[in-house]
Amino acid sequence: MIHKYKQLGLNIVMDIYSGAVHVTDDVMFDMLDYISEPFEPEDKCPEKIKTAMSDRYSEAETEESYAEICSLYKNGQLFSRDVYEPIAKHWNKQSVVKALCLHVAHDCNLRCEYCFAGTGEFHGDRGLMSVETGKKAIDFVVNASGNRHNIEIDYFGGEPLMNFEAVKEITEYAKEQGRLHNKNFRFTLTTNGVLLNDEISKYLNENMSNVVLSLDGTKETNDRVRRRVDGSGSYDSIVPKFQKIAESRNQDNYYVRGTFTAFNKDFAKDVIHLADLGFKQTSVEPVVAPESEPYALKPEHVDKICREYDKLTDEYIKRYNEGRGFNFFHFMVDLDQGPCAIKRLSGCGAGHEYLAVAANGDIYPCHQFVGNHDFLMGNVNEGVIDENIKNEFERSNVYTKEKCADCFSKFYCSGGCSANAYNFNKDINKPYELACEFQKKRLECAIAIEAYKRLNKN
Amino acid sequence: MKHVQTLNGASLKNSVKHGGCGECQTSCQSACKTSCTVANQKCEKAN
Repeated sequence: MIHKYKQLGLNIVMDIYSGAVHVTDDVMFDMLDYISEPFEPEDKCPEKIKTAMSDRYSEAETEESYAEICSLYKNGQLFSRDVYEPIAKHWNKQSVVKALCLHVAHDCNLRCEYCFAGTGEFHGDRGLMSVETGKKAIDFVVNASGNRHNIEIDYFGGEPLMNFEAVKEITEYAKEQGRLHNKNFRFTLTTNGVLLNDEISKYLNENMSNVVLSLDGTKETNDRVRRRVDGSGSYDSIVPKFQKIAESRNQDNYYVRGTFTAFNKDFAKDVIHLADLGFKQTSVEPVVAPESEPYALKPEHVDKICREYDKLTDEYIKRYNEGRGFNFFHFMVDLDQGPCAIKRLSGCGAGHEYLAVAANGDIYPCHQFVGNHDFLMGNVNEGVIDENIKNEFERSNVYTKEKCADCFSKFYCSGGCSANAYNFNKDINKPYELACEFQKKRLECAIAIEAYKRLNKN
Repeated sequence: MKHVQTLNGASLKNSVKHGGCGECQTSCQSACKTSCTVANQKCEKAN
């Protein structure tokens, strides 16, 4: 399977099953329209193709281009065949748990309109995770992680800084257990910044390999939805704090992370605003919400959103050329040493490698399932998880999702987010189509950016 | 080649042989939290 498109003045051809990416001239780009799969190379360019292209290109050009296509094919870089289906058919992933999202606070000091956690309480009671529960969660993951050396702990909420003393105690306990059991813990904390101060920042810098700082963009965009309990906006007080911590981390190992909604479909300006504030690591993502919500993105918004990604791509490259580039999470793609095919088939690991622990110790497949009792997998106090739920998630992969079969993006998104699929289609194997549209567009932009950078290195 | 520049090798297929160690980051731990983004993750074995 191939996918071809034009962006940033480049003719881009992706070979899906090899992962190869090519930039072609017009002759080859046009010629690919006349070749169907499975490709069978011939000694000479077939007459049918030559005739079809004769109004635009010379015979020598078409012969030469065809020969190069055959050469790429022989090298396994074009029209390569699917070698992954047999692996998926005999999928027997023996997962171990290697990452936990700890909901240390089912409470929040903001009342963001779009919050999937129901402004912090996750559709249950507001409450904080006790240190004891946090420690049990660490014991659980140490036991459940088998031979895996690297373990990730993400402090999440609600707002985790509302329970910062517990965060510190749990972190210190995990480090101690890591030393005892030869595990390397990596910590991440996601915060809205309201309670951030120098002392907390210092601790985060010393202990967290990544921090995620929630900010949606311009003051107008942010304060429209990210409001305090009294209704006032959060932008003015958090931005200076975020700028300071970003600088103190040398503009690395953090993300300033926002959400765009139907209220700011022109979100490229919000991403650019974050870059203008000096942030070098940015991520702004589409809201995921039922269509009944006024802020929800809908199918009729797809064209506008895709144009915004194009606009952002152009500005991204402009700033790159001017020596003031920045990173946008969804435009980052590693063409050489990215994840292996096994990871690309299986995806995020929710429900088997990655689990979420609610404030009371209840275990769910991921943070987005917390509070949905159909997906309650156990409690850290018991130390065991529901094998049926685990197996359902473990079995799910790109090849269990029919809609992904012909999609060029399938090895870049692994068939999308299971929680979104379930929430919209009641089946973790039926991807949420609106997200697919955005994903495909972002991937095109990301690959075009990477291609542009490689071709303009010198 | 005159008509094409190839930006990378066919590394995806090769990764089947050595892949699956599971030491890499889980996707949602970095920044996404609402969308599955895998291809921007790093392989722990790279460099």
